[in-house]
Amino acid sequence: MTSMLNPLKKTELVGFLVVAAVILLILPAITDAFRLNMVGKYLTYAFVAVGLVLCWGSAGILSLGQGIFFGLGGYCMAMFLKLESSTPEATSIQSTPGIPDFMDWNQITELPWFWEPFHSLTFTMLAVILVPAILAFVIGFAMFTRRVGGVYFAIITQAIAAILTILIIGQQGYTGGVNGITDLRSLLGWDIRTDSAKTILYFVNAVLLLAVIALSLLVRHSKLGRILVALRDKEDRVRFSGYDVAAFKIFVFCFAAAISGIGGAMFTLQVGFMSPTFVGIVPSIEMVIFCAVGGRYSLIGAVYGTLLVNWGKTTFSESFPELWLFAMGALFIAVVMAFPNGLAGIWNSHVQPLVKRLSKRTGERQAAPAETPAAIAE
Amino acid sequence: MKTDKNGAAPRSMLRRKLMIGAAAMALSVAVLPRVGLAQTPPTSEVNTTGLAVTDDTVTVGILHSITGTMAISETGSVQAEKLAIKQINDMGGVLGRKIEVVQEDGSSDWPTFAEKAKKLLVEDKVAAVFGCWTSASRKAVLPVFEQYNGMLYYPTFYEGLEESPNVIYTGQEATQQIIAGLDWVAKEKGAKSFYLLGSDYIWPRTSNKIARKHIEDKLGLKVVGEEYYPLGHTQFNSVINKIKLRKPDVIYAIVVGGSNVAFYKQLKAAGIDMTKEKPLLMTISVTEDEIRGIGGENIEGAYATMKYFQSLENENNAEFVKAFKDMWGQDIVIGDVTQAAYLGPWLWKAAVEKAGSFDIDKIKEASPGIELTTAPEGYVKIHENHHLWSKTRVGHAKADGQYEVVHETTELMEPDPFPEGYQ
Repeated sequence: MTSMLNPLKKTELVGFLVVAAVILLILPAITDAFRLNMVGKYLTYAFVAVGLVLCWGSAGILSLGQGIFFGLGGYCMAMFLKLESSTPEATSIQSTPGIPDFMDWNQITELPWFWEPFHSLTFTMLAVILVPAILAFVIGFAMFTRRVGGVYFAIITQAIAAILTILIIGQQGYTGGVNGITDLRSLLGWDIRTDSAKTILYFVNAVLLLAVIALSLLVRHSKLGRILVALRDKEDRVRFSGYDVAAFKIFVFCFAAAISGIGGAMFTLQVGFMSPTFVGIVPSIEMVIFCAVGGRYSLIGAVYGTLLVNWGKTTFSESFPELWLFAMGALFIAVVMAFPNGLAGIWNSHVQPLVKRLSKRTGERQAAPAETPAAIAE
Repeated sequence: MKTDKNGAAPRSMLRRKLMIGAAAMALSVAVLPRVGLAQTPPTSEVNTTGLAVTDDTVTVGILHSITGTMAISETGSVQAEKLAIKQINDMGGVLGRKIEVVQEDGSSDWPTFAEKAKKLLVEDKVAAVFGCWTSASRKAVLPVFEQYNGMLYYPTFYEGLEESPNVIYTGQEATQQIIAGLDWVAKEKGAKSFYLLGSDYIWPRTSNKIARKHIEDKLGLKVVGEEYYPLGHTQFNSVINKIKLRKPDVIYAIVVGGSNVAFYKQLKAAGIDMTKEKPLLMTISVTEDEIRGIGGENIEGAYATMKYFQSLENENNAEFVKAFKDMWGQDIVIGDVTQAAYLGPWLWKAAVEKAGSFDIDKIKEASPGIELTTAPEGYVKIHENHHLWSKTRVGHAKADGQYEVVHETTELMEPDPFPEGYQ
């Protein structure tokens, strides 16, 4: 167990480098521009999954509403892009040129005040991170200082996701309603719809994701990370040791929210629109599933889990449009029943010992202490 | 099929088949192509942009939700499109090529629609896509179709405010559907006051905006209330009470989806008997498909304005309904959108044959002016703005779930997606 206290374990470093190679080299090499853009879209969900590993895997806070933060980040970016494409010239057909088309359809004649700051890209980039983080702080402060946790917290996050969806759909004049904010064309004059732009965005997205993973690894291996694990396993002991449990929980929840917001913004840039379907309960639970398939204790596993599930979803639905939901269901049941620790669990309990045995046989390495899956998972 | 001599065969075969009344011959395209049909032109001529066209096949896409909440609505469209494609193939295909279908599931999720649309255009290189149902899904795929230059045939009646060169709108836009119905109810039923209500999203809101302008400015009548409820809302008691209090002559309802069931049942339970027409109920959102869910006895007596009802009496429709039932089951019902979806492949075929090419740009150019005399709804023609000229009908709901057509505009209604004076 002492190896846990090292700043970064060797195996994790290797895992990080492998995932970096997969994202930055292998996937771009084996996929065409169209599929690469799809992989890029999946990787934006990985931001949420990484956040969930910290929040749920490390600190034991299960949030079933991460779509809220993903959606908020995405909406912030979408508002900026929509304003940019709603120039008076481009919207001359409207009764009020110069405002987004859906506002005109809803008889709104001037830009609402909260849209104004989104003319600025700097403000938008800050908002992508801060809006989700601030909402997470409000939720976290209200819940954790009152010691609401576990399943009650999960239910409340779901309720908030539902409320936000209804709010967005209901205020369609200000938010685009159920259609969402569509037809986003350019970022500071740079056409984001071309294949070359999508490839560039893919790499920006990939680098950001790796940076987020690296940051999360650091958080996990810091003293802070160990306190999170401690309060997951024995919250009362941590509290009686003099720590402010709520503050740690709020921090990790805000951190996960901010990460998710970045994912949402990258999603909007790569897909070209944002809609309330990402804010609701179903996508939020799907994101928990990505995390579970990857292994909720493994930051790296979260990336693979997201890629695998989404790849499966796309492939099944292309090959068997009428059966794909069943195939997806079977995949989830199989993972949960047979591999509760997800892909990372399979790796740790099956693949890694095999690799160890092989390397031991060749005598290149001295015998390593037998590691239990749980120890590695941490 | 390669030589002129053999190439002439499909036409004479067609005549023979028509005489024996084969289902496949339910339609024949009115604009007889000047090129095509008589021969199979080489692929290099008819396909200069690398679409999925070979010497004997052409691939098209079908993109609807077959899972999720919209599946129940979109299934009819898929069935209609498959029927049309089968019939076209039985007639010899398009420019001598059999149509092959790649079907994708939008799964009631707008980003999935965008992803699948892109896949159909970029990977499968389909020559046309028949699909989408909700406005949200259309809005999601529109940039994809414009960017990759695809062709979408969109079947649903919708709010207008859109006119894309890459879309043919085979359903009615809002003014076509609304104005004729309001004129009729004012003239024939002497209606003076209206209560507008609807589900809360862009189509009902835009439609009611047009209805209000028409009622107030053009007809000089009164709107006594206007309200919206979220999609899926099931408690309509408060609005029903308000209706009882304000006593409008007409309830103008644009409630969609599952809310319909609750709305009509609660109206009936509150003692508003629509067969007495006090107040009269007029809707533009309930087709025969929705009545299956609502129950014919709950909506009996209501009026609907649309361009198509299953009970429409003409030869084209009789053959269409028969062919549809033969293919998909005898107890199936056919609503307005299903019929509009059925037009898609036929309009595309006519455009391809008029253009003598599968190239998207040539189809775009050839589309305006295309006529179908064989549409189940009667005669339709593509307008310069890519919408259809069509007649609007008023149907009177019967207890058996069908509409009886009580009025039909004498002229074709001009599609006007950006109506002056209604904005």
